[in-house]
Amino acid sequence: MGSELKSYLTGFALAVLLTAIPFVLVATRSDLPLGWILSLCAIAQAIVHLRYFLHLRWRGQKREDLQLVLFTVLVLFFLIGGTIWVLGDLATRM
Amino acid sequence: MNSPPKLHPGLNLGPAHGDDHEAAENSIFGFWVFMMSDLVTFGMFFALYATALHATAGGPGPKDLFDLSSVAWQTGFLLVSSLTSGLALLHVKTHHHRSGAAIGPMLFWLLATVALGGLFLWREIGDFQAMAAQGALPTRSNWLSSLWALVGLHGLHVSIGMLWALVIALGVLLRGVDQRWKLTLLRWGVFWHFLDIVWIAIFSFVYLGGLR
Repeated sequence: MGSELKSYLTGFALAVLLTAIPFVLVATRSDLPLGWILSLCAIAQAIVHLRYFLHLRWRGQKREDLQLVLFTVLVLFFLIGGTIWVLGDLATRM
Repeated sequence: MNSPPKLHPGLNLGPAHGDDHEAAENSIFGFWVFMMSDLVTFGMFFALYATALHATAGGPGPKDLFDLSSVAWQTGFLLVSSLTSGLALLHVKTHHHRSGAAIGPMLFWLLATVALGGLFLWREIGDFQAMAAQGALPTRSNWLSSLWALVGLHGLHVSIGMLWALVIALGVLLRGVDQRWKLTLLRWGVFWHFLDIVWIAIFSFVYLGGLR
């Protein structure tokens, strides 16, 4: 039981860190490649939430819960990528 | 490690809860499928937002409108509320596998989550009122339409999550923490964590991306 409380607290600490980094960098107008850092921190924090708060793992699930997330992300990749591609292309032609 | 397999996303009640634990499998898995369809909906709102990034039509843009400190407060409120929602569920798991457990701590964490959600909405609505006062209404430009739609959709979800938590609080007060309310609480927990994950994308790409 204590291990699950630890999971929430670990996830919370990591989430705070991964939130603080991008906010501090933007607030201090850092010269670092912010686009990349923002994206990486966001993806890392989403994984932290899925693992420590929603308890999704590679192993130990009875159903394919994690694969469902990954498949949805794949669908989203096509939908979002396709939308930006097509509408972006249209915008440059107008 | 010989821990039993997880039956569904989110906190599992565990074998000590007997039938309630088994009944949760289908119920929560079905809700998880719905959450993924909601993720696609949010994804399309993000895609629309991305295509409208430069469509400000000469009106105000991200740097004129966004308030970094307010967004930081909103992010903090929602993140802490994710933890408190987990603590409410954890209390049910560790104390409510037999009848007669006190519901006070669980109600405390549940209502703390609602309060934090309220603080989040209060700052968010304040931001949008400030934007409206500067003429940055959804009708002003394509970018503003998609901003109001995306952030508004998330705010609507948070409002529904708060209302849902209040219904659960009322339900356990009237009926006790029985199977029906346990399963509802597990679904609500998944919903609330999901909202915080969507918010990560909003603060990273919409707000911080707009201010960088």
